[in-house]
Amino acid sequence: MTFLSITRRVFAPKILAVIVPAMAAAAAFATANSGPSPNTGSPQGSIRRLTEAQYRAVIADVFGDDIRVVGRFEPDLRVDGLVAVGTSAVSVTPGGLDQYEELARGIAGQITDDAHRAKLVGCAPGVDDPDGAKCARAFFTRVGLMLYRRPLTPGETQLALATTLASARTLGSFDAGLAAALTGMLTSPDFLFRIDAPSAAGRSVGGYAKAVKLSFLLWNTAPDAQLLAAAGRGELDTQAGLTRQVDRLIASPRFTNGIRAFFSDFLLLDDMETLSKDQLLYPSFTSAVSSALREQTLRTITDLLVTRHGDYRDLFTTRRIAMTRELGPIYTVPVSAQGWTFHEFPEGDPRTGLLTQASLLALHSHPGRTSPTLRGKAIRETLLCEKIPSPPANVNFAVVQDVNNPTLKTTRARLQAHLNDEECASCHRLTDPIGLGLEKFDGAGQFRMTEHDEPIDTSGSFDKLAFRDAASLGELFHDSPAVASCLVSSVWRYATGRSIGSSDQPVVAALDARFRAQGYRVVDLMRSVALEPAFYAEPAMFPAPPKVAASATPRKAS
Amino acid sequence: MTHAQTSRRSFLMRGLIGGATVTVGIPLLDMFLDGNGEAFAATVGGGPLPTRFGTWFWGCGMIPSRWEPKQTGANYDLPPQLAPIKAIQQHVSVLSGFDVPLDGKGNLPHISGNTAVRTGAPAEAWQEIRAPTIDMLIADAIGGGTFFRLLNLSADQNAKTSYSFRNGSSMNAATPSVEALYEQIFGSDFHDPNKADFKPDPKYIARKSVLSAVGEQRRALLARAGAADRARLDQYFTSVRELESKLALQLQKPPPAEACVRPDRPASLPANADMTDTTTRRANHKLMAQLLAMALACNQTKVFNMTFSAAAADLRQAGETTGYHQTTHEEPIDRTIGYQPTVDRFATHSMEAWAEFVTELAAVKEGSGTLLDNCFVLAHSECSYAKNHDVSGIPVMIAGRAGGKIKAGIHVRGSGQAISRVGLTAQQIMGVSTDSWGLDAMQARQPISELLI
Repeated sequence: MTFLSITRRVFAPKILAVIVPAMAAAAAFATANSGPSPNTGSPQGSIRRLTEAQYRAVIADVFGDDIRVVGRFEPDLRVDGLVAVGTSAVSVTPGGLDQYEELARGIAGQITDDAHRAKLVGCAPGVDDPDGAKCARAFFTRVGLMLYRRPLTPGETQLALATTLASARTLGSFDAGLAAALTGMLTSPDFLFRIDAPSAAGRSVGGYAKAVKLSFLLWNTAPDAQLLAAAGRGELDTQAGLTRQVDRLIASPRFTNGIRAFFSDFLLLDDMETLSKDQLLYPSFTSAVSSALREQTLRTITDLLVTRHGDYRDLFTTRRIAMTRELGPIYTVPVSAQGWTFHEFPEGDPRTGLLTQASLLALHSHPGRTSPTLRGKAIRETLLCEKIPSPPANVNFAVVQDVNNPTLKTTRARLQAHLNDEECASCHRLTDPIGLGLEKFDGAGQFRMTEHDEPIDTSGSFDKLAFRDAASLGELFHDSPAVASCLVSSVWRYATGRSIGSSDQPVVAALDARFRAQGYRVVDLMRSVALEPAFYAEPAMFPAPPKVAASATPRKAS
Repeated sequence: MTHAQTSRRSFLMRGLIGGATVTVGIPLLDMFLDGNGEAFAATVGGGPLPTRFGTWFWGCGMIPSRWEPKQTGANYDLPPQLAPIKAIQQHVSVLSGFDVPLDGKGNLPHISGNTAVRTGAPAEAWQEIRAPTIDMLIADAIGGGTFFRLLNLSADQNAKTSYSFRNGSSMNAATPSVEALYEQIFGSDFHDPNKADFKPDPKYIARKSVLSAVGEQRRALLARAGAADRARLDQYFTSVRELESKLALQLQKPPPAEACVRPDRPASLPANADMTDTTTRRANHKLMAQLLAMALACNQTKVFNMTFSAAAADLRQAGETTGYHQTTHEEPIDRTIGYQPTVDRFATHSMEAWAEFVTELAAVKEGSGTLLDNCFVLAHSECSYAKNHDVSGIPVMIAGRAGGKIKAGIHVRGSGQAISRVGLTAQQIMGVSTDSWGLDAMQARQPISELLI
């Protein structure tokens, strides 16, 4: 990556604007887009490690949400902007396996304890079943289907049975033996990884693997019994059968979990859980507030996109926001209701649209102050799918960031000095104007009018169009073709767990065209992806990129 | 798992349980330790004291004129930023002036230097490293026969702060807190090596047996996987074998370790403690260092990494708008003193933390000396002068005598030689069989002879 190369992960907006119909123009992508940049190569695996959220969801689905999952998980790897793509690159380290085994023992121990045994195991050794073999067989046949997302092979059932009985003898208890065998199942690769078994025909994945793809995309958890049964009957191999299940999954309240999981990944919202701010400078910003801000953004998104079946672009202009009492001080909004409610900011209020939500504003700031550069870089990279290079090594930032500079009082004035250096300017012209448009929100996302008693100027331009403040910047994002295209390509990368390769480009172009034609409805986009044959294609059908590599984790720049 | 194996295992298990409180000697347990089993390393307990290897990392380097000693050899001078190591100077060698030759590659701030020191080649992202980190190479060679092949710790409470990688997509997560570290080492799985009697707990037999069964799925699964996935699955199964080995050790009476005393569970820091605040970080780091020292003395591991502050250090002082990293770039040089005063303060704090770390290892008596004498601790940062991300003269220090294999307390000037010579020296001292290390312009063939006995 050279310093000056700014690569778009998808394609430039101006190119996009003329691509109608997209399919006809698909061939043009090969030349218009230089393909995946060297730093955004795609892992080509067809095996994806469950994320922490998925692991937790599956345990809750199979055993109930009173089963506590206590322990640490191996950290995720973000590749090409998404943890979902990283799941195709990671394995399990020795330390990670220690953790998984410990988690598994904790879960299995609860399932076989006095409080849960009757309900979750439902049988025990008895006169008819002296060593409990029948009971164990029934348990693992039922639970194994849910945990491995396919029926166990006879060998696997036999193994679970043998492990149960041998461990029961070792430990002197049938329950302990059952827990040991269940621990093995929860530690095994068939549970921890999603492994796409091919169909007999070999052109697409098999029925159960289809069910897994579908369910993790739309619900962010393993398939339910109904979906597995449909897979077992071969229904997912027909368009009618597949459509029936896709529509059922989308109509379910659990579809919201799928949308939340996508936006959590897309907007890096999981990082809010570890975000901290200086308590002396931002006393309102506690870790509880940080969690609530993440929740606020997710609730605002699902309300607009799922509950109201809204237009994705309106996310950038909406004045309706989820609110809870805890966030009142951050937004200086009185909140009387208990729990979550919705608040509508008045027309003309600076709080308008996703860009002005305190989650993103705080996430892309320093612990003690704002950073227009970090904000602009993050917005370009996440919402516009661009890659902003890291700064060169030898930069003198002194003028830029001397917050006590007597003549350059505002961040804008200090950053302006930066632009006198052409090497810096090439990237900062991309990042800073967007970030400066958000300068009326401090490092914790709270509104302010001045910095060092100087009024803050939030005007600027985005893609050569002028804006005067955060709200009008949101309007430009609403109308930007790049914003919509980036969402489509991100959903596709999220769904497939890989970067966009040349075989993906016509698919993404077609999805993009349909997304526009259908009024930018994210629910419809998810449906299109779930019905897309390429989503179920054997990974081998996609040519491997030159090398497996990952983009660097977004760094704190200046 | 074949039927025959199941019966053999369960037969042995029954025999053991029937025997109730038998003290099981190693010869009997060798029967359990089939292909996957492992005995305690010969160097652990009883025999010669083991030599341990560790890294200690701090972010944002130093100010060269305030850190680099002027005199080489023993009794080197201590410039202001090195003053904190005065009390332990005889244990600490300083290596200055060793460079990262970029060889036409870019200098990715806070990444190129660190990847170069740890993998022998600069990379522009950790995900693009071309070789495993040095701790992995040494752990592969000497880490067997202890409970943890590698202990990876970070004092900032972030499991993702880790510079220990098998490859670009396989990072060893850090144990992020004092509580987690205590539980990991001295929790319910800990056996006091100095206790007279030992009763193998059948639960470890069951756990190991379950994992053997998981491991036996390997062949079937690899047959179903494509080439890209095969390597990842192999890595998973290697981790399974590793845990099996660990459980095999749980079935043996640990060899005695004279310096080992199970520490009390340390008091937790307040839940809202600001871990970016330098004072709080140091307190947390010190508690972790104490537990680590005892983990080493108790033969729980022979290889460790400790990160005091991340690359592009996130350290701050509570109440200040600007943290250490930003300050390195922003703070004007005070012309009356000739350096950045706040940066100087943070760099000095980092050296104080290093001194505290070394002091904890030196406080544990072992044999005729101390635990530190049996260690090779490689401390380094990701850059020298952070203001411009300089990767020439990245500061390096080595604490300990590696069981008498290296000299301690000297200053060696690298005069621009590749910093990979440090990593090569560490590997050769620690028993990795290699005569060169590093890639391209960083390939080193000569260890740092001044350090060798």
